[in-house]
Amino acid sequence: MSKQMIISISREYGSGGHEIAKMLSERLGISFYDRNMLDDIAKYMDVDVDNLHKYDEKRKKPIISRTVRGHSNSPEEIIAEIQFNYLKKKAESGESFVVVGRCAEHVLSDYPGMIPIFILGDEAEKSKRVQMVRNVTASEAISIMNRHDKTRKAYHNSHCPNKWGDSRSYEISINSSKLGLEHTVDLLADFIKIRMDSTDNN
Amino acid sequence: MTAASIVAIIIFVAMFLLIITEKIEKHITTLCCGALTLIFVFGICMRDLGAIWDTINLSAIVNPEFWHSTGAESESGGIDWSTILFLAGMMVMVEGMARVGFFRWLCMLIAKLVHYKTVPIFFAFMCMSFVLAMFIDSITVILFLASITIELARLLKFKPVPMILAEIFCANLGGSATMCGDPPNIIIGTQLGYTFTDFITNTGIIAIISFVFILAYFYLIMRKDLKGNASPEDFANLPSPASAITDKPGFIINTIIFLAAVVLLVTHATTHLTVAFIGVSVAVVTMITSGKHILEILKKVDYKTLLFFTGLFIVVCGLEKTGVLEIIAEFIQKISGGNIYLMIAIIIWFSAIASAFIDNIPFAATMVPVIKALSATAGVNIDVLAWSLAMGTDVGGSATPIGASANVVGTSAAAKAGHPIGWGEYCKKMAPATVIVLLISTIYICAVYL
Repeated sequence: MSKQMIISISREYGSGGHEIAKMLSERLGISFYDRNMLDDIAKYMDVDVDNLHKYDEKRKKPIISRTVRGHSNSPEEIIAEIQFNYLKKKAESGESFVVVGRCAEHVLSDYPGMIPIFILGDEAEKSKRVQMVRNVTASEAISIMNRHDKTRKAYHNSHCPNKWGDSRSYEISINSSKLGLEHTVDLLADFIKIRMDSTDNN
Repeated sequence: MTAASIVAIIIFVAMFLLIITEKIEKHITTLCCGALTLIFVFGICMRDLGAIWDTINLSAIVNPEFWHSTGAESESGGIDWSTILFLAGMMVMVEGMARVGFFRWLCMLIAKLVHYKTVPIFFAFMCMSFVLAMFIDSITVILFLASITIELARLLKFKPVPMILAEIFCANLGGSATMCGDPPNIIIGTQLGYTFTDFITNTGIIAIISFVFILAYFYLIMRKDLKGNASPEDFANLPSPASAITDKPGFIINTIIFLAAVVLLVTHATTHLTVAFIGVSVAVVTMITSGKHILEILKKVDYKTLLFFTGLFIVVCGLEKTGVLEIIAEFIQKISGGNIYLMIAIIIWFSAIASAFIDNIPFAATMVPVIKALSATAGVNIDVLAWSLAMGTDVGGSATPIGASANVVGTSAAAKAGHPIGWGEYCKKMAPATVIVLLISTIYICAVYL
């Protein structure tokens, strides 16, 4: 696996997609990017990171933002662009990495090493995980899941021509509730290995 | 209300909604709505081909009065070619100045003159923003000022956001002082036959008085954020003003063109040269002297804004010719009960509130025929209404991040540098400043003109 690999993980809230992405990066021994990229960006720009996190993975709010001569003043849109540029630079440098969300499957679609993956889950399993992690009731968990998925979908679909969660946009979509996180990672790691080998052979 | 009026209103409202939602580029929106106005309002509903010709208004350009005016109020409605040609000319001139590094040079020079001290830079940049915006579009002023402010903030270690907000406000305020400072003023000036002197001696005085209060206001609320933390080594990293100049002969030529444009604008009441003539002249001279850079300059001209204006004027003409704007004028007269003080307050504050949330250019273009009608029916001096409209639309836009173009490019530049500005933070500082200027304007207009 000498070639660059960029694994983009899109995920439903509560599916364990974030954890799977982290485990996958450790298994493959490559970098891992999620909202932590904003820490890097803030450090480089010498700005307050909390001010950037407020607008992370959020859709541009129509009506209350405007564009003049190509300059949008939507903080959500600008932070997204900054993150896209960050990912493009990482990809251009030849680095291999796992990235969670941030429309990476579209932004870096030109890279042959891009492997877009979507992690979904059964509602009951997702709810159980959210209840445990966030210490909330079942109904609260469902409401949190719906809210987050709605926000992610709106963010993704406002930046990408493909629809969030549409299996045609990903090389593999997998239900993490069926195999559990560990085995899902095993399966994905195998898939990535075969996929990269086949790219090498081509 | 006739069918033509109803169709004109529907097209106008649809245009506004489409502009707000930004689903379609706004010049395409206004041009399509303009075409619909010509076809459905004038063609199908009114069956008046003469109205179509009047609206397109090409005959105005061949009229000698268009280039060399006797100062009479423009009788023709329709597309305001004076405004469009003037804006186009100024855009060419500004692009020529930007190419040679004029704005960057000026910002760096002023920062150097105040020894890179944060508080003096704060005041100097507010003054520069105010003065430059009197002659140059506020978008360009803020694009350069904000970018230099961010650069200096990084080197001198101060917070750039308060300074950028103050610059935005001063650019909008400076724009209100002159006929060429803000597009609503150009529209008001060309359509009502005002000169540069008329503006500077009326809105200009209000703007200067307000500016003094605004300097104090911003200093009071922002002084804690202006503390720099730069070390002597940081000063060594500062770029010299001369390094900003990319083409020295071009720099000299473009500076002369700019100064000539200022002189022509200031004296156009005595020379009788119209703003259209001045705009076209500076554009031609800039292009001739730019040599091989002509194409580079022309490519940067914001033709979309010019097309936006063209379509907009047609749609507004649809409202005017179908009598809708007279109905609005009658409504204002009715709710004010003929009380001139109330009328002024309504125009200033309603214009300001509307401009804070919607584009002030279509608003001003719509309101000029309204105040004309109001003046005719209520017997109120048109000047009083014109200055009220100018101050309301120019200053009201400062209150929110979307109210004026300068706000959008300024907050955009800040966000790109890692300083996103939310509505809360923006309005907390800018809305009170807007209210201060609107109060000063209302008191001044009522005290001086009535």
